[in-house]
Amino acid sequence: MTSLDPSDSDIAPPRSRSPARRIWRAFVGSRLAVTGLGVLLGLILLAVFGPLVVPQDPYDLMQLDVLDGQLSPGSPSAAGYTYWLGTDDQGRDMLSGIVYGLRTSLMVGVVSALAAAILGTSIGIFAAYRGGRIEALVMRVIDLQLSFPTILIALMILAVLGRGVMNVVLALVIVEWATYARVARSVAMVERRKEYIEAEECLVIPRWRILFQHLLPNCLPPLIVIATVQTGRAITLEATLSFLGIGVPITEPSLGLLIANGYQYLLSGKYWISLYPGLMLLVIILAINLVGDHLRDVINVRRLQ
Amino acid sequence: MKKFLLTSVLAVLAPVLAQAQGLTMGLGGNVTSLDPHYHSAGPNSAFAYTIFSRLTETDENSRVLPGLAESWKMIDPLTWEFRLRKGVKFHNGNDFTAEDVVFTFARIPRVVNSPGPYTSYLRGISATEIVDPYTLRIKTEYPVPILPLMMHNIAILDSATHANATTEDFNAGRALIGTGPFRYVSGSTNAGIKLARNKDFWGPAPDWESVDYRIITNSAARTAAFLAGDVDLIDQVASADVPRISQNANAKVVSKVGLRLMYINLDNARTKDPVFLTDNAGKPLATNPLKDVRVRKALSLAIDRQVLADRVMDGTAIPSMQYMPPDAYGFAKDLAPSSADPAGAKKLLAEAGYPEGFRITLHGSNDRFPNDARVLQAIGQMWTRIGVRTAVDAMPYGPFQSRASAQEFAAFLGTWGSSGEPGIGMTNTLATFDKAKGTGSINRGRYSNPAFDQALAAATSEMDDAKREAMLQDVTRMLVADMPILPLYIQKNVWAVKKGFSYAGRADEASMPQDVHPSR
Amino acid sequence: MLAWFARRIVQSLIVVVAMTIIVFLAVNVIGDPAAILISPDANQIERERIIAQLGLDQPLWRQYFSFLAGALQGNFGNSFVYGMPALQVILERMPATIELAIGTMIVSLLFGVPLGLYTGLHPESLPAKIAMSGSIIGFSVPVFWLGLILILIFSVQFGWFPAGGRGETGQLFGIEWSFMTGNGLRHLALPVMTLAIFKISLVMRMVRAGVRDVLPQEYVKFARAKGLKRPRILYVHVLKNIMIPVVTIIGLEFGSLIAFSVVTESIFAWPGMGKLIIDSINMLDRPMIVAYLIIIVFLFVAINLIVDILYTLLDPRVRLSSF
Repeated sequence: MTSLDPSDSDIAPPRSRSPARRIWRAFVGSRLAVTGLGVLLGLILLAVFGPLVVPQDPYDLMQLDVLDGQLSPGSPSAAGYTYWLGTDDQGRDMLSGIVYGLRTSLMVGVVSALAAAILGTSIGIFAAYRGGRIEALVMRVIDLQLSFPTILIALMILAVLGRGVMNVVLALVIVEWATYARVARSVAMVERRKEYIEAEECLVIPRWRILFQHLLPNCLPPLIVIATVQTGRAITLEATLSFLGIGVPITEPSLGLLIANGYQYLLSGKYWISLYPGLMLLVIILAINLVGDHLRDVINVRRLQ
Repeated sequence: MKKFLLTSVLAVLAPVLAQAQGLTMGLGGNVTSLDPHYHSAGPNSAFAYTIFSRLTETDENSRVLPGLAESWKMIDPLTWEFRLRKGVKFHNGNDFTAEDVVFTFARIPRVVNSPGPYTSYLRGISATEIVDPYTLRIKTEYPVPILPLMMHNIAILDSATHANATTEDFNAGRALIGTGPFRYVSGSTNAGIKLARNKDFWGPAPDWESVDYRIITNSAARTAAFLAGDVDLIDQVASADVPRISQNANAKVVSKVGLRLMYINLDNARTKDPVFLTDNAGKPLATNPLKDVRVRKALSLAIDRQVLADRVMDGTAIPSMQYMPPDAYGFAKDLAPSSADPAGAKKLLAEAGYPEGFRITLHGSNDRFPNDARVLQAIGQMWTRIGVRTAVDAMPYGPFQSRASAQEFAAFLGTWGSSGEPGIGMTNTLATFDKAKGTGSINRGRYSNPAFDQALAAATSEMDDAKREAMLQDVTRMLVADMPILPLYIQKNVWAVKKGFSYAGRADEASMPQDVHPSR
Repeated sequence: MLAWFARRIVQSLIVVVAMTIIVFLAVNVIGDPAAILISPDANQIERERIIAQLGLDQPLWRQYFSFLAGALQGNFGNSFVYGMPALQVILERMPATIELAIGTMIVSLLFGVPLGLYTGLHPESLPAKIAMSGSIIGFSVPVFWLGLILILIFSVQFGWFPAGGRGETGQLFGIEWSFMTGNGLRHLALPVMTLAIFKISLVMRMVRAGVRDVLPQEYVKFARAKGLKRPRILYVHVLKNIMIPVVTIIGLEFGSLIAFSVVTESIFAWPGMGKLIIDSINMLDRPMIVAYLIIIVFLFVAINLIVDILYTLLDPRVRLSSF
């Protein structure tokens, strides 16, 4: 039986496949990266469906009992189940808390890093491409942004918009976009002076196509490094904001807030309150970075061309 | 291993060596100014009292003791006479006389831009009169029975040395010349301050040749510095660190019931359209349930104060229904903290017309008072159990305090730190807000009860100490009957000291080197 | 060049003015300094007098213009909390922060660049894989947590380093520095280590990515074909070409080290500016916040200036006139 589908590689002459498929093929070549992706997907599933299986809703004050506070791992609860990972000071089951916190942390980290990356990169590349006054303006706004303390931004948002997870995301985006913009612009600036862009400009190719189809892919490798680093950083920055009391609501702890709460107990040896959420945080960031590292290698256009 | 042994040996030897040398203190309060009249705040005062002396001082239970004044008496309700100590010298050799007291009183209102002026402690004083160099009369506009107590806040300066001294002169150390137990050697608040013994001190000779006064505001850092042996004494030990320090054979935890009451402030101002209060469906309430004394009592009954003190505060607090701790002036013995009664609370709520409860948001700070955010959550749990579903919003002190002062909250965690008697606290926090009278200046719930005001005003102008104490106890009883605020607990002040040092602790939060001694 | 420089300065001044306006609005939005500052003992009349003394009774725009008037004469106002000229309070604490930042940058470059080159040149080797995975720990651990763990291990357990403070200082150019004494260096060790762990990871990854990016390019292949020695290819061609993003990031990180080592400084009781700014923000000490941020804006502007000049040195295709 002969296939008439020209994409069937058995008979069709080798042809260049779409970039996405090419990247995917190259990506699955690395066992480590696939493991990372698997772990990441597993964690996302846990974040989505975990709340259905854990014994306690740690965000419901009704289900917490301060008398069950600071129990060590393996202690039985008043309600009959076991606190496998112990409890925090409010009697929050650490296992349930970690599952719920995972959801918040992943959301905060990924959404803020993505939004900041898209916003920052676009602005940075645009600025480098346009040059002149626009570039100068963007660069000065970046200066302004970078010298503005995160805590002041977070406090302002807290004061104006109130407390909430999305408000923390907003604060992180406002903080992080400038880093992407600065780096994107520095890379784009070098790229745009290379021959191929000048050639395209001569060919009167629409500006947006030059920007997004040619300039952007060539700026990606360093930006992906930044993005993978910054996703982890966003999650830890959220933890730091929580540590400073301006992060997510205290009754709805993220992993970062769990760590920050447990921090006070580190000296007295109640390690479980901050250690287990800390380990979870480590696993997430490890997985994101394994995926990110390899992704960067395979997207590296020049290597594939 | 050898090295490890060696360090252990050194660690054991260290206290012995320290005894001969001096004292290193790691303190949690941020000293913002070395000018003793710039900003009236606990840490600033505690530092000032190591360099400067005052007319009166207070003992560890905040009862008045003689200081630069050997004795005092009331001549009539508007006149006090203080007999000053003779032969007292400032660190630069100048003699201390009544002239210096008059100068000090005159300087205090002239300190510019002070956010916490010491004029509060001179309130009512209309004139001073030097009878002779060692006798001073102080006249007041109205009876001020607590004048001798107030005098313990005022650091006495030298009229010759400090005639033109600015806040900057004090911060640079140039003007840090007093009659206190230690003299300034070098340093600043951010680098740490070095003090030396004042050999000519008028009181008991200080034990330390030198004192290293370090400020470590982060509590984990403070405990770590202590455990690492960098400092000999720390104050404001975080409750979570107490077990760790107690286990250490070379350390001792000292605690003393303090004078700071933590309470829930309730919105007594709005009758209609309350904020942060809704019914169970989330719809706004028409009337403010907190205006009903039964609701306030129900919220109070729901709170297990013993659990707050023992579990949430890890034993660093005692349950209390009043401003003063046991054994202090004005404490009413009969007002024992009620134990929690959720069933009784629900019954009261039903009587008040809220059988299904309602929803409330409880606000508070999360960076100011020991375990503040944890206490808020625990109270949230307790209220939720009686059907008052509670959302907890803990925020940094800055925005919290601004909004609390603007009366934006329904309920929040408030506090008052007394200085030896309950009258001022109740006048500032619960008397009717009245600018002309100067009462209720931080009455953020705007509680107003004429009977209470009247009784309080009568008590605070009574000149007889014993009578005044009985009257203040009666006022306290009125407060517990009406529950405009929900008193929770009184904090303990906690210190950790190395072996070889002895320290008794104080009810006020001041940690001063003159109170630390080598242990025998 | 000179025109470019002048334009940069003018732009920076506009940034500073924009910053001051934002800070005035921000503090106003966040809270009322009077509510936090004024001691609870004060009555209403004392309170009003203090508010008037601090100028907080004026409308915001008037407060802003009186600030501007002062700033033009070099007076950034007195701190509400400390009662001292804000600039003076900040400058007193600047050396502590600067030496922390410089120490951290030195340590991170010293470790980060060689590690990055190695992992970039031998990506499949075991040490490279260990280094790469290890670096992830560097940015997944919150600084406050890492700092305390380091204190627990190295000060409390082993007693090798002091748990906090600056220790003894020595004078250089009339300023007190911790790195001038052995005792001070020991005090620097832990906070520098805490801050450097993140930066090492970052620098290492940037360098590695650059190496991986540059190696397959024609000019490297050409250089190899020409028979150039490996070290020469590495240091002259590869390193030079990967330095633009690295320099950008290092500049930014250096700025943020100076500006915002908030958490590290409070955990190690390091009397620097980071700790000061967080205290000032918490107390809504507006003159301090404004003065501080003006300094920081100039710092970042200066860093960006240096970075931009470095670009032209690293890559002749980039010209300053294009900024």
